[in-house]
This record gives sequence, C-alpha cells and structure tokens, in this order.
Amino acid sequence: MLPLFILIPLTGVVLLNLPFAGALRKRAFALVVLLSAMQAAVVVVHPAGFWAETSLMDRFLALDLKAGQLSLVMLLSIGIALFAAAMVGHCTFRDDRQRSHFVSVLLISLIGMNGAVLVADLFSLYVFLEVTSVASFVLIAFNRDLRGLEGAFKYIVLSAVATVLMVSAVALLMMMAGGTGFGQVKAALEAGQGATLARLATGAFVCGLFIKGGLVPFHGWVLGAYSAAPAPASVLLAGIATKVTGVYGLVRLVVTVFPASETINQVLMLVGAVSIVVGALAALGQRDVKRLLAYSSISQVGYIVLGLGCGTPLGIAGAIFHLFNHSVFKSLLFVNAAALEGQLGTTEMDRMGGLGQKMPVTGVTSVIGVLSTAGVPPLSGFWSKLVIIVALWQAYHHAYAVIAVLFSLVTLAYLLVLQRKVFFGKTSDSLAGVREAPREVVAAALVLAGLTLGIGLLFPLLVHTFLLPMSGVF
Amino acid sequence: MTTDFVLLMAMVLAVMVTVMTARLLWSAIGLALASAVLAALMFRLNSPVAAVFELSVCAGLIPAIFISAIGLTSRLNPEALAKRWRHKLLKYGAMPVIVILVVWALWQLQVPLTFVAPPPAVEQDVRNVLWNQRHIDLLGQMSILAAGAFGVVVLIKGAKRE
Repeated sequence: MLPLFILIPLTGVVLLNLPFAGALRKRAFALVVLLSAMQAAVVVVHPAGFWAETSLMDRFLALDLKAGQLSLVMLLSIGIALFAAAMVGHCTFRDDRQRSHFVSVLLISLIGMNGAVLVADLFSLYVFLEVTSVASFVLIAFNRDLRGLEGAFKYIVLSAVATVLMVSAVALLMMMAGGTGFGQVKAALEAGQGATLARLATGAFVCGLFIKGGLVPFHGWVLGAYSAAPAPASVLLAGIATKVTGVYGLVRLVVTVFPASETINQVLMLVGAVSIVVGALAALGQRDVKRLLAYSSISQVGYIVLGLGCGTPLGIAGAIFHLFNHSVFKSLLFVNAAALEGQLGTTEMDRMGGLGQKMPVTGVTSVIGVLSTAGVPPLSGFWSKLVIIVALWQAYHHAYAVIAVLFSLVTLAYLLVLQRKVFFGKTSDSLAGVREAPREVVAAALVLAGLTLGIGLLFPLLVHTFLLPMSGVF
Repeated sequence: MTTDFVLLMAMVLAVMVTVMTARLLWSAIGLALASAVLAALMFRLNSPVAAVFELSVCAGLIPAIFISAIGLTSRLNPEALAKRWRHKLLKYGAMPVIVILVVWALWQLQVPLTFVAPPPAVEQDVRNVLWNQRHIDLLGQMSILAAGAFGVVVLIKGAKRE
C-alpha cells in the first residue's frame, strides 16, 4: 500500500480543485492535519498489512516503491512537520481561495517528499526532489511580496544549477551502469571503482545535493527563502522540505548507492564542519528571529552531514537521529516564530521584549526548542548530538568532535540571546495589547515540544527500538 | 568541417545570443534556436523520440510561453535599453573569447567532435520504458505540472485579480 503515500495527496489536489468542492475547500487545512496524523500513525503503529511488499496496486501500477528503516523515519518526520505547517497555515490564511491554493501546493510538496523517500531509483529520486523544489518555489513566493519573490528567485537559480549537476550525474551513472536503480548503480560503481567518470558523477551529484540542502558554501538561498516565506511555508521548508531535498538524498546515496569511500567521508565531514561554524557565527549577529533560525538550521544540518561523514554505523545512526530530531525542534522554533509574526506583525527582535508574560505557552515551548537545538540534556537534541560526537571520537576524528562540542556552546549562546530579547524582561507599553497565539498554533507548539521532551526523556527506551536498528539502515 | 561540429557551434552561438542580448524577445528566440539545433543533434544520435520532445516542448512550447509572458511587459525606453546593453556586455563580454579559446583547445587536443550514433535498442524503446516501466516517474511529472499550474494561478492570476 506504499503508493497510497503518493496517490492520496494527488487525489486530494484533484478533489480540492473540482468546481463544486466549496465545502471541502473550507476544511482544506483540517484535511491536511488529518492526512499528516494518519501518515505518522501508520509509521508508528506499523500495521503489517499496510507495509506488505506487494499489494493489489502492483497489478496496475509499476511503481517499485520500497520502505526501509530510513524511509520510515523520514515519513514520520514529514508527517510531523506537515502537521505543524497545516496548523499554522489554518491561522495564516483566512480567504477560502488562498487556503485552497496553499493546501494544493502543500499536498504537491507532500507528494514530492513522500515519493523521494520511497523510490529506489536515482532518476525517480531526482524527479521527486524536483517536485518538492518546484512546490517550494511557489510556497516561498506565495504572498507575492518583493522579499518572497526575491527569496524564491534565488532558490530557483541555485536549484537550477543543482538540477544540472544531478541530471548530468544520473546520465553518467546510467552510461556506466546501464540503468538507474540503486542496486545497479552500486554494482557498477563497485566494479569500476576509481574510474574518472564515476568520481565525476559522484562529485556532481553530491554537489547538487549540497546546494539543495543549503550547506555552506551553497547556502545563499536559505536565508531569503526561510525568512521571506509565509509562516506555514517556513515551518515546512525549515522543518522537513530542505532535509528531504538535500540531506536525505545524501544519506540515501552514502548508505545505499556509493561504495565506502574515504574521500567522500572527508568531503562530507569538512562541509559539515564548515556549515556548523559558519551557520553558528552568522546566527550570532542576527536581529531577526527567522533569519537567526535560518542560520541555525544551516549549522544544525552541518551536524547531520558531519555524522554521516564519520562513516561508522554509529555516526550514520546519529546523523539520521539528528535529522529526525532537527525536523521536530526546528519546526517547533519556526512555529514559535509564526506565533510572534502573527501577533506582532514583525520578527525583528529589537521590537520585542518581555513577551513571556503575554505569550506564556509560546515562551515555554520556545525554551524547550532552544535547549534541544543547543544539545542540553535531557532533551532529544542532546542525545543525537552526543551520539554523533561519540562516533567522531571513536573514529579518531578528534578535531571534528571538538568543533561539534564548542559550537554547541555557540548555538546555546545565540539562542539564549534570542530568548532574552524576545521573551524575558519587562514588556514595553507598545506590546501591552499582545495576546497568546491562536489555539491551533499553540496546539502545534505543544505537540512538538512534547515530542522533543518525550524523545529525550524516553531515549534509554528508544535506543533499542530506534537507534540501534538505525545503525543497520543499509 | 563535419556536420556535427557545425551544429554544435550553431547551438553555442544561439546560447550566447540568449545570454548576452539585452532584449528578452531575442533571448526567447535564441533559446528556441538552441533547442532546435539540439533536436537535430539528437536525430543524428539515433534518438528520434527524444528529438521530437526537444523540438516540440523546448523549441516550441516553452519559447511560446516565454514570448506570451514577454508580450505582457512594456518595452524599455532607449536609454534603459542602452544601459542594459552596456551592463550585459560588461558582464558577458568575455564569453565569445572564452568560447573561441575552448574550441581552439578542443581542436588542438584533437577531441573528436563527430558523434557516433549508438544502434537503437528496440527492447528499450523510450515509449515502452515511459508507459510500461516507469509509472512512478509519470506520477512525478504530473505533480510537477500541477505545481507549475498552481504557480501560475497563485503568482500571476492572483496578482491580476488584486
């Protein structure tokens, strides 16, 4: 029943845009919330009949979808981030037509993300990454303001470069392997390892994924896209879309397609470390909440890539665990940013202060998100960062482990500055009329904060059900 | 000079016009010409179906859409046009020189610029692959088209409505 992950959202897009679907359009966001909850539930409960290898659909559609451990983690992350984006979107868009259009593009983005994590073919992976990217262009520019259009345009240009690199790489790999299936390409690479063409193709594809993932030095589009997009789009982009289009692709290729290579590992660790450093240092000087969180995202994605580059099973497991945790706590922080933007009309920190008294739930959930991002125990971010650092240390990458630890402290510093400026202190008179965010946004924040806290507290139980199986992800 | 070399140079020339011209209409025409020449190269490489797609979509439909969009814009006044020409020449003036140098380098290195068309593999006919083997990619293509359609509705139709 794997095709349902693509067919249900596709059906939703069609139904929403039928001429007499007015009643459906009014409840568009509720339907997305339901869909995302069902997706998360199906992964967690894991009914055997749903995940069977073959089904009735295979008689009509040759989709060749596969769902391993890594795909399950990604499907769960997608469900959680989509839920948060839909809850925020419900409060952001009041016009039925706008809602319908936004939800339609959101569902197309869901098709892209679900398809990307379920396919077992390089070309199909590229196609679904493009579906997600094209939907993201529209989401970023949705409000048609100058900043949004500029952010979308920068993303389009850099994404086009990534597309050229990825398609060229797929063509070269197809010439070598005679096909584009993961298994075929892996066998061809192992047989012809060291060949110039293989190195060129691998390098081109990895570069393309670095651009899509917003890693340094290809992160130029991230700031404009995250900060200028409408609030629910920012939640989706920062929470999961960029993780799927860039980071998931890297993890999947390193784990499933590319043979073990010290060169690739070194490049990944270097790019990861540089992203951690540049993202954290740039975040220090930011005055806008969303821009600060955008740089923080770049830095946190660096941790994921650093763990991946370690190359050991523990490092890869840590990377995937941090990918999941990051999608939860980053979605939480962007939900908080959406709450601030919705109530104040701005995300500039200099115009805030003492909001903890006026927006207590947003303030408390923000503290949880901040501490998890910085890797403070016992929250989820602490455990995933710890696993990555231990893996690096065990693999004798001491310098990278030290960088990871030091810049966790820098992360804590800039995020505490954010907390102090926004939520602590005396509320100024101009903010006297500010109230807590709408209940949908508060509910999303509470769910995400609950997950961040719960995963952290329950980690000793989850290590056997989640982390150790993840180390056998390949 | 071989036919393939002439076609490659024609494509490079069309691409340079596309990038260097200050007039959007010339850019769209350059894109159409580059795609048409690429279609000819694909025919010579024994890929008639790919060539037909390239000709109909990239050389036909896409430039038509671009030209329709350009038709909605207003013409630049002569001063603005001259300023844009100067800006383009400053930015891309070195491109013809680089192209000539690259062609000269390829000539010196005796890189073969004549394509050897592979024999067509009947069992891998693109129509069979597309319609019978790669349904997942068809779903992806439909989704991209839907995303593009919504992009037009949201970004252009929405602006017109406002």
